Amino acid sequence: MRLTLKVWRQEAPSQAGRLETYHLPDVSPDMSFLEMLDVLNERLIGIGEDPVAFDHDCREGICGACSLVIDGHAHGPESNTTTCQLHMRRYADGDTICIEPFRANAFPIVKDLVVDRSAFDRIMEAGGFVSVPTGAGPDANAVLIPKERAERAMDAAACIGCGACVAACPNAAAMLFVSAKVSHLALLPQGGPERDRRVLAMVDRMDLEGFGNCTNHYECMAACPKGISVDNIAHMNRDYLRAVLIERRTPASTRD
Amino acid sequence: MAVIEASPRLASKCPSGPIQERWDRHRFELKLVNPANKRGFHILVVGTGLAGASAAASLAELGYGVSVFCIQDSPRRAHSIAAQGGINAAKNYPNDGDSVWRLFYDTVKGGDFRSRESNVYRLAQVSNQVIDQCVAIGVPFAREYGGVLSNRSFGGAQVSRTFYARGQTGQQLLLGAYSAMMRQVAAGRVRLHARREMLDVVVVDGVARGIVCRNLATGQYERYAGDGVVLCTGGYGNVFYLSTNAKACNVTAAWRAHKRGAFFANPCFTQIHPTCVPVSGRHQAKLTLMSESLRNDGRMWVPKKQGDVRPPSSIPEEERDYFLERRYPSFGNLVPRDVASRAVKERCDAGFGVGASGLAAYLDFRDPIRRDGKTVIQQKYGNLFEMYQKITAENPYSTPMRIYPAMHYTMGGLWVDYNLESTLPGLFVLGEANFSDHGANRLGASALMQGLSDGFFILPYTIGGHFAGRKLPAVSTEAPEFDESERVVRARTDKLLSVQGRRTADAFHRELGQVLWDYCGMARNEKGLRNAIDRVRALRAAFWEDLRVPGNGARLNQSLEHAGRVADFFEFAELLASDALHRTESCGGHFREESQTEEGEAMRDDARFSYAAAWEHHPEGSAPTLHKEPLSFEYVHPAQRSYK
Repeated sequence: MRLTLKVWRQEAPSQAGRLETYHLPDVSPDMSFLEMLDVLNERLIGIGEDPVAFDHDCREGICGACSLVIDGHAHGPESNTTTCQLHMRRYADGDTICIEPFRANAFPIVKDLVVDRSAFDRIMEAGGFVSVPTGAGPDANAVLIPKERAERAMDAAACIGCGACVAACPNAAAMLFVSAKVSHLALLPQGGPERDRRVLAMVDRMDLEGFGNCTNHYECMAACPKGISVDNIAHMNRDYLRAVLIERRTPASTRD
Repeated sequence: MAVIEASPRLASKCPSGPIQERWDRHRFELKLVNPANKRGFHILVVGTGLAGASAAASLAELGYGVSVFCIQDSPRRAHSIAAQGGINAAKNYPNDGDSVWRLFYDTVKGGDFRSRESNVYRLAQVSNQVIDQCVAIGVPFAREYGGVLSNRSFGGAQVSRTFYARGQTGQQLLLGAYSAMMRQVAAGRVRLHARREMLDVVVVDGVARGIVCRNLATGQYERYAGDGVVLCTGGYGNVFYLSTNAKACNVTAAWRAHKRGAFFANPCFTQIHPTCVPVSGRHQAKLTLMSESLRNDGRMWVPKKQGDVRPPSSIPEEERDYFLERRYPSFGNLVPRDVASRAVKERCDAGFGVGASGLAAYLDFRDPIRRDGKTVIQQKYGNLFEMYQKITAENPYSTPMRIYPAMHYTMGGLWVDYNLESTLPGLFVLGEANFSDHGANRLGASALMQGLSDGFFILPYTIGGHFAGRKLPAVSTEAPEFDESERVVRARTDKLLSVQGRRTADAFHRELGQVLWDYCGMARNEKGLRNAIDRVRALRAAFWEDLRVPGNGARLNQSLEHAGRVADFFEFAELLASDALHRTESCGGHFREESQTEEGEAMRDDARFSYAAAWEHHPEGSAPTLHKEPLSFEYVHPAQRSYK
């Protein structure tokens, strides 16, 4: 099929970007979306132009490297699907597709469609862990965990850290990402001892990185390729409030 | 080709005595570094998969200073994340007769008697601690209603020793190890460097003392000095172009270390995974694995009639050939990966394959769905069925999956001793990057076990011997050795950019992969391998004459990154094929057509090939030297593997 692509091109963080138009005459419906971009890049190199930079790695929907806002949707039009798993049979001959990077102040553009998501690593660094050093764990079956609880923890832990929630949110909030990690660890007894400290530290860091606030649009959940629920945000808010009271802490957002 | 039998360069340093006591004794005999002195040592860890992240976390907890490097934008994206099925351990929670001894035995046998007994026994011992640690740091493993951990069986084993987190075990383990490492970043003991590609190991006075990296975002070259270098950079499966590996997986770090003195062992030991989604066309960029766990219920078959193009639902039961059940009645669909892959290939080559290309077999869930109901099958495999449907637009609940083998894992890698130290002093190699404990074939769910064992529980002890036993004077990144390394690396980048030919790195990579797949894939023979070596050389020459890399090296340039990796694959491919050529026996994933039983099974030649083949690099143009480390088996007696 024949496709017209409008692709965001930006040489460097400091330079202005623009949408460039490209025509692909022979796209196979069996191609993945990223394979279609591979074909575009091979052509661009062939005619001496700079290929389009985009992040990708596993190409099976688990590493979280791929991104892209496709026709206004983070990871494209299909639900529960990363860009690398989107296939061209979703499109029709003659379609025009607009491809942009994930946009958020906290995700500065590196080049073209590549953005810097290291803010997520810094939020994890703030508290997204359990402080048990290597060798100190008790026998794996020493602590029993009800199956339903383990399953709920796993539902939250399925987050791949791609940042689609941020890209989809009108406020560029990272609440779904942060709450998924907070819930995952709060639901497990192993995460219990640091529960209060963790939620305070991660939320503080999130604010510091320049992510926006949640105003209950639920766009994050709609865009999430792993179906992470906004229930996690409610869970995190409860934990946060509890932690503020218990730790007698002043939230960072109200400090100067 | 120079050959050194029982090479003195390959001292395994395995302790002697009863195998059960060796690791304990070795740990006791290793010199300790006192806690205050640990703060004075700095370790460079390259790669942040299971091995790298767990090593970085554990070393930092001990007090060492650690710098970590990864090529992805975040350490959480390392390819360990894509492992689906599970992680083995000898816990014996299901009470079905498992033990450290049985896991050791299965792994040595599954590896077709081409691994070191001492290492494998240690791996089995440590496996239980790995599960304890992972649970303690919050890995949400699957559980039973009573709250205990759940186990399942996996290909090549007859006990249920595999722990899992849905079909995302690798993801959950990696995020666990990553979070442990991020805790140390917060503590200031780990310094994180993302989007960095290691391009050289810097050797000072014969010891690995630093690395040179390219910052992929800015194009800058960076120098880092340390007291030890740890490579956790994964396998080289992408030399085949199409594989289940992530696109960025490469051999570059290992290959550059090889050129600086680390021997490369058993490169021909590659694993083809039997159940992957078949190739759909020329545009194919990678292949997707369908977990081995599917073979617990799914039945593999092809039509009994050659070239039968009827849809599978129209082929009656008596006209179906359940070829694994037919050939291997006792293991059936659960035979190990190498055996299953060859059986699929044999049927397809004989003209019984299905699908448009004829290069596929069916993996059918009709019978288990009839037996257990769709809900049960959905609970077990729902995410895998969804993934299959996304790729193929076919519904595996109603029509069988089409699958074909694909390149998946590499057992070969840099040679290491019992301390995981390579032949280049001060350079340690962990996880898939080393030549490892899997011999000639890895069993399912054992890669995660090895990566975490190496990183959490082995290296943190053994690297102490390096610090306590060697004089390590301070080294500055201004030392002439760093100048020389950076000069070499820069020259190579400039050379890639200066060819200005007509073909892209991707086009060359695709062609290289096809040559290897055709002649050095699931079945190999002398004529084909010689042909492959000639063609690799010719293609490599063409690469350096006709390569086109757009742009320059002064900023993010993904084409340049890829070209550098392909250039290394071209050099490495020749070594892989040469190793396959010299090993005229069949063993595990290495199948030489000249060495098979009457029934077409792999036939080892223990009298001539019971050794690890470690290759020493010499300057361009001269053949590598083959060093042999003889393998001895005191506990598991080598026998012909049989899964009939």
